[in-house]
Amino acid sequence: MEALKKELKENIIEVLNLEDLTIEDVNDDDALFGDGLGLDSIDALELIVMLDKDYGIKLTDPSEGREIFKSVEVLATYITENRTK
Amino acid sequence: MNSVYIHSGVSISAQNTFEEGIKEVEELKFTENSQVKAFKINYKEFLSPIASRRMATGVKMGVVAAKKVIQKAGEDTVDAIITGTGLGCVEDSEKFLNAVIDNDEQFLTPTSFIQSTHNTVAAQIALSIKNKGYNMTYVNGANSFEAALLDGMLLLNEENETVLVGGVDELGKRFINDYEKIYQQDVSFSEGANFFTLGARKKENSIAQLLNVEVFQEIDEDNLLKKIASFLEENSLKVSDIDAVILGINGDAYDSYYQKIQSELFTDTTQLKYKNLSGEFFTASAFGFYVATELLNKQELPTNCFFNSVKKEDYKTVLLYNQYLGKQHSLVLLTSC
Repeated sequence: MEALKKELKENIIEVLNLEDLTIEDVNDDDALFGDGLGLDSIDALELIVMLDKDYGIKLTDPSEGREIFKSVEVLATYITENRTK
Repeated sequence: MNSVYIHSGVSISAQNTFEEGIKEVEELKFTENSQVKAFKINYKEFLSPIASRRMATGVKMGVVAAKKVIQKAGEDTVDAIITGTGLGCVEDSEKFLNAVIDNDEQFLTPTSFIQSTHNTVAAQIALSIKNKGYNMTYVNGANSFEAALLDGMLLLNEENETVLVGGVDELGKRFINDYEKIYQQDVSFSEGANFFTLGARKKENSIAQLLNVEVFQEIDEDNLLKKIASFLEENSLKVSDIDAVILGINGDAYDSYYQKIQSELFTDTTQLKYKNLSGEFFTASAFGFYVATELLNKQELPTNCFFNSVKKEDYKTVLLYNQYLGKQHSLVLLTSC
């Protein structure tokens, strides 16, 4: 689980070009959207594609994303339970 | 068409022109792949991390050059934003297209696609200065910047007061590597953003006057001499009235066009070059335009801009001539004000 969280932080920083952040700056329970990392709707699309490409998870219901992308902690748990690759 | 005034100019180029203007510099040297990136600027001083994280090199260069040139002109905003670009946002275009191929047309993400259009720079400038005015991008190869200049002059001949005009191109990664295998010249391929504010009226801080611009797609060397003579005549000038001619010499086989006018038309005129400093890119002529404004404003240039030994005491009227691969010729006429 810890390895997955580290991998997710690295991928989020790289995919979303969060140039000024390192994995140490992102806490497991930081909010990804809103007041936390300040991600927006375009970032949400990038994350949906990342889930599909890297973990074989297809999100079909957009409202699901609201809960899944709450934090790295929640995202890692969801991936662990649903990944197909 | 009435002439217009240039109020300010800012250049981001392979040299540190952004901070220091044009000064005595070393000529660009061939690197391993004969490409030279733009001089590194601390973009964080001008762009917030949120704004800049999705911006590729060309967008960052364009937005920062535009913001600084508007500030330098003492303006808060402009009536129009007009950019010229040869390859547009090729960095994001490559990223997006490579992702299409690498991922077998699946898992396509929006960011690089959104930012890959040629008009991204003009759009991002408008967003960054909250400008809702006329916004246009010209993509006409080596005439892209001149097309933008012409549009700016037309707008200022209507009811507009100040327009922003610039040329911007980035190197990208893949396309230019293939391109340079086909098209070779002595100077390196490079990138840059050269932006100017133009106004209908002369101001205290005006740096030069733009008299006329003409572009033509093709011409043979003999007719080029006649074309230049008639262009000057249209502007009530003779060859002897031109104090300096600034040429887009790049060391390729088509430099014969420049040699023709150097040896047959402008023998008693100061002959200047600039691509040995800026490198070659589709809007390198915008750097030439910057060199012209610097000459008219400061009356001096680095020694490696001078092609011949003719020097004038006072540089008042300057003609720029550029072409690329024997096509997309342009003439731009400037005078001091």
